[in-house]
Parts: sequence; structure tokens; C-alpha cells
Amino acid sequence: MSAINTVVSSIVPLPIENIDTDQIIPARFLKATSRDGFGKNLFRDWRYENDSEAQPKDFVLNNPTYTGKILVAGKNFGCGSSREHAAWAIKDYGFDVVVSSFFADIFRNNALNNFLLPVIVSEGFLQKIFAATEKDAATQVEVNLEKQYIKITTTGEQESFDINAYKKTCLLNGYDDIDYLLSIRNDIEAYEAAK
Amino acid sequence: MAKTLFEKIWDKHVVKEIPDGPSVLYIDRHFIHEVTSPQAFKGLEKRGLQVFRPKQVVATADHNVPTLNQHLPIKEELSRIQVQTLTENCKKFGIDLYGLGHPYQGIVHVIGPELGVTQPGMTMVCGDSHTSTHGAFGAIAFGIGTSEVEMVLATQCLMQSKPKLMRINVDGELKTGVVSKDIILYIIAQISASGATGYFVEYAGSAIRSLSMEARMTICNMSIEMGARGGMIAPDDITFDYMKGRTFAPQGEAWDKAVAYWRTLYSDADAKFDKEINIAAAAIEPMITYGTNPGMGIGVTGHIPALSEIEEKEKPSYEKSLHYMGLEPGANIKGKKIDYVFIGSCTNSRIEDLRMVASFVKGKKKAAGVEVWIVPGSKQVEQQAIQEGIDKVFAEAGFMLRQPGCSACLGMNEDKIPAGKYCISTSNRNFEGRQGPNARTFLASPLTAAAAAVTGEVTDIRELI
Ligand code: SF4
Repeated sequence: MSAINTVVSSIVPLPIENIDTDQIIPARFLKATSRDGFGKNLFRDWRYENDSEAQPKDFVLNNPTYTGKILVAGKNFGCGSSREHAAWAIKDYGFDVVVSSFFADIFRNNALNNFLLPVIVSEGFLQKIFAATEKDAATQVEVNLEKQYIKITTTGEQESFDINAYKKTCLLNGYDDIDYLLSIRNDIEAYEAAK
Repeated sequence: MAKTLFEKIWDKHVVKEIPDGPSVLYIDRHFIHEVTSPQAFKGLEKRGLQVFRPKQVVATADHNVPTLNQHLPIKEELSRIQVQTLTENCKKFGIDLYGLGHPYQGIVHVIGPELGVTQPGMTMVCGDSHTSTHGAFGAIAFGIGTSEVEMVLATQCLMQSKPKLMRINVDGELKTGVVSKDIILYIIAQISASGATGYFVEYAGSAIRSLSMEARMTICNMSIEMGARGGMIAPDDITFDYMKGRTFAPQGEAWDKAVAYWRTLYSDADAKFDKEINIAAAAIEPMITYGTNPGMGIGVTGHIPALSEIEEKEKPSYEKSLHYMGLEPGANIKGKKIDYVFIGSCTNSRIEDLRMVASFVKGKKKAAGVEVWIVPGSKQVEQQAIQEGIDKVFAEAGFMLRQPGCSACLGMNEDKIPAGKYCISTSNRNFEGRQGPNARTFLASPLTAAAAAVTGEVTDIRELI
């Protein structure tokens, strides 16, 4: 998959807490047997009345004022079901980064495995991003993985974020875990033999 | 050095540590189902790989299967293709499949324990967040995404960072009418839907020790609903009695050897936890949720929090949730009319749950206008219910006993609650749309659900027993 490093973009704000993966991609869209095309069903039930594209709801993804490659959401994003389809849908829709003050564990792993960067910020910084975007929807946010910081370019406010060193290397270089695990098959077999 | 139950198992399964990174963790058992596996098999094929240890993988069809007329081909095309794809993949890669029509078929987290596949001391994963259920046997069991399913199929390993550890002690005696589902709903309401994120939880204390395996599974099952990676309970004689003689449990000498090892699986007296929580069993009432995440629970006699009780920052989410549910802040929940009752899911669809419901409804009838679905967790549960005559008790009460599957827990098949209707459900998630677009879910115990089935409204079970 393709490596990521710096993303500079306007953001799509979603200041709701505890957004679960059933909202991100409802169960009825999990019947596919491939990984593609989930973006059009991202937040499906928040986007459309009666599942009809002719009846858009008042929802941020339907509002042309807000676009960009960075999704910024309230605390405990991605809780609930382990469905990786949630990460596929967000990535397929066109996001490269999700920012929140708290991510559910499985979602965060799924995101990382799909080169969708989850950035954990403080609750205070999260509110600053929302405030800046409310003032000016075109507000640009810079996410720098290499240097591990996120910055609101208009105000200059920035915060550093944590990421596991191993995962960071994977993301920067486009490696995935399977490549690594396959490379240590001998160790795995030795472990089994000793068990 | 003193170790926790979790550490004893974890340490035994680390194949390799990566400096500054996660550990390579060996996985003993891997469950797969039709919804989160097809893309993983596709990935394997794309890389030209075989399944590394097919005999350590167990497959079933559960999420997407109909719960009526399971002998007929699945009507809905995409569901049928998904189930067929699983069948083909299992055949191609040499994996045992307990699919539709097989006497072992059922919800993955019900069949693992009932077949004796789930054992203490193991590491277990599945592309499903409620894999935490298996932790009731003293295993490290957790849900994974599809990319991770692919990793385990390819190498029987995962890259995992060691989670923080939390112990929740529940001590004392439960009040009449209060069962294990109430304990876990109470805990989640106390610590919130994200209160255990980043942690692996061990449940301990006298109230936990006295629970049956079924009841322990209900608790571990919902660990994920407070954000925990998983939950676990140290194995004991109740565990071993449950397991003895099960199809894939060790037999004879191997059994004795296994039990001797399993008896070493507990947290040492001076083992350290990153966080510890104490709960008095006597403080727990029959619980019910009123909102759209499992942390929004109250005692059945309590009231829905008024706006003044909610933190400013959380008000928008709270109001959105109550609006969806069609409920007023500050109102009582008892007496609220319901339309559907769903007794099923990997939380509460085991034989003990069905027995509990049957013993309460025997001789009673469901309220007019209420539809009641009982969906057993597995073929074996269904068979046992029939053998014990529980099916007749349900029929007389006007309850519909369906065939095994996930059913209205996630509404992926045709078992959906219609828009705007209220369903009291023994499942684990009350998210918006979980049981069908715009369906409204109250989570509760099988007893509280059965009481509502009989009265047609949210009821305090203690007034009826
Ligand atoms: S019963 Fe519900 S929670 Fe359990 S595995 Fe099936 S869909 Fe998931």
C-alpha cells in the first residue's frame, strides 16, 4: 500500500462522541466479498433519509463547505464492531487521516493496517480545531507523521502526537505487518516446535 | 515475579519482541465467519499463500444466515454469495466448517465453548469484537480486523502491543432478579462506553466466582462495550466441570495434565494491575439501557438523566441519542411500551438463558401486539431446548423459536426491527440502526426481556417473581 507522511488539508468536522462502526458503515453493507467501493456508504444512515440518495439529510458530508482529507471527530471514535469495513469506507471516501481525542483499539489497528493515520490529540486541541473550522471552514490543518505533530496552519497552534515507532516506520515506508511476519516464519516454526 | 493471569498466558505466547514496537504473539485458535473473512482469503491468494495452520482454524456461518427455513437456499443473493464464498474458501484451504445444516453450526462465540474448542490458557482471535466471550475460560481472546485475519491465516501470529491491565472485583451476593447481564450493564454504565479502552480486563471477586460458565461468558462478552480489548476470568472447578467431556476438550490422561496446568492460571496475590475497580454486587438492580451506546444504562426503576445532569460538552451527543430513541430527558423508563422482544445473540442465547426465560414464562402468555423472537445461539442449544420441552413452553406463551444465528443482534439478515419500533433485546449493542434502520433498542437481561414480553412494557422483574 502507499506510504503516508505529510498531509495538509482542510478538514471535515464531526463533533459527535462515541461514533461507532455501525454508524460509519451499517451492517447491511458488509455483504461484499471485496475491499472496494465502501466509500459511497460511509455514514450512510446519517447522510440519507430512507436510504435514498434523493433525500440527503443535513449532515456534514452533504455540506460542500466542508471538504478535505482529514476527518476530525469527537471522543471514542470507532467503538463497537471490529469491522475493518469502517476503515475501508473512510479511506475509500478520500480521507487519509482521522483525528480524535480517543480511538477504540480495534479501529485504530484497522486504520493503521490500511494506511489511514489515526492521530490522537488532547481534548483541548480537538476543540481548538473545531473552533478554528467553525470560524473559517477553509482552515488548513497539517499532519506531519515523520515529526509527529499536528498544526492548525491559520493559528499556528500545534501539538505533538504519539505513534508506535514500529508502526510509524511501516506507514512511512508502505510496509505491512504480513510482510514482516512472513519474514520471520522460521522463528514461528521454532516457537511451535518448542511449545 | 508475581504475574497476573493475563501475563502468564501472554508471556507464553510471545514469539519475538520488537524493540520499541509490538510483540509477535502466537495464536492458538482462530475462528472465522462469512462476513469478515472473504477479503482475507483474497489477500492470501493475491500473495500466493496457503493457510499456515488450517487445523487451528474453525469456521461457521452465523452473521448473515436466515433464522427460518435454514434447509432452503438463502434467498438474499449477497448473503448467499458470502456464505458460499466461506464454504469454498474452507474447502480450498482445508479448514473445518460448521456451516448451515451442520449439527455444530451456530454463533461463533457460542459454539467455540460448547464444543470444547475454547480452553484455558489459549490465545484466541476472530474477526469479531465479541471474541472477548472466550475469556470466560481464562483465555486471552480478542477481536481483530480483516487484515489481521489475513495475518493469522498466513502465519498464525499477530503483531500486538501489550495492553494495560484492569481488574474489576465484584463482591457479595446478587439480589433476586439480578443476573450476570445486569452486572455487566451496571459496570459499563459506571465506567462508560470508553472507560476501559486500552485495557484488558480481569473480572474477579466472590460474585464472579459463583457464576456459571454461561453467566461468565455474558460478562466477558460485553467487555468490548466499555472499550476493553478483552475480558477474562481465572478458570476454576466450575470451568473444568463445564468443559469435561466436550467434543474437542482433551480426554483421559491429556485431560488430567491439562487441568493441572489450568490450575496455575490465576493472578498471583501480589500481581500488579494498572487499574482496579471494586463493585458491590448488592448495589446492582435489574438494568436497562435507554440510549444509543451500551454505557447509557440505568436501573429499571431509575430515570433517564435530565439535561442538567449531563456535562455541557456531552449535551449534543446526548440529545441526539434521546431524539433517536424518542425519549424525554428526566423521564422514567419503567412502563415504557415495547413492540418487539429479541432473546438471542452471543451475549444471551445459551441453554441457560433459554431455561431462565422458560421457567419464568411457563404458564404465561405474551402481551397482545408484542412480537417475541427467541433465537438460540447454536444448533446444539436448539436441540437441547427441544429435548427439554422448552420449545413447547415458548409456543404456548406465543414466543417464536427460530433457528440459530446472529439474527436481530445486527440485522444483517431479514430479522430487522422496523423503523421507530421499540425492541427490548438481550444482545450487546443499542447503536443507532443496529437492529435495523431507525430501530430503537433497550438492552436488558433475558429475565427483564421476558418480563417485558409478558406485560408489553418495560417492567421490574422483581415485581413478578
Ligand atoms: S450475535 Fe451479534 S454480537 Fe454476537 S457475533 Fe453475532 S453479530 Fe456479533
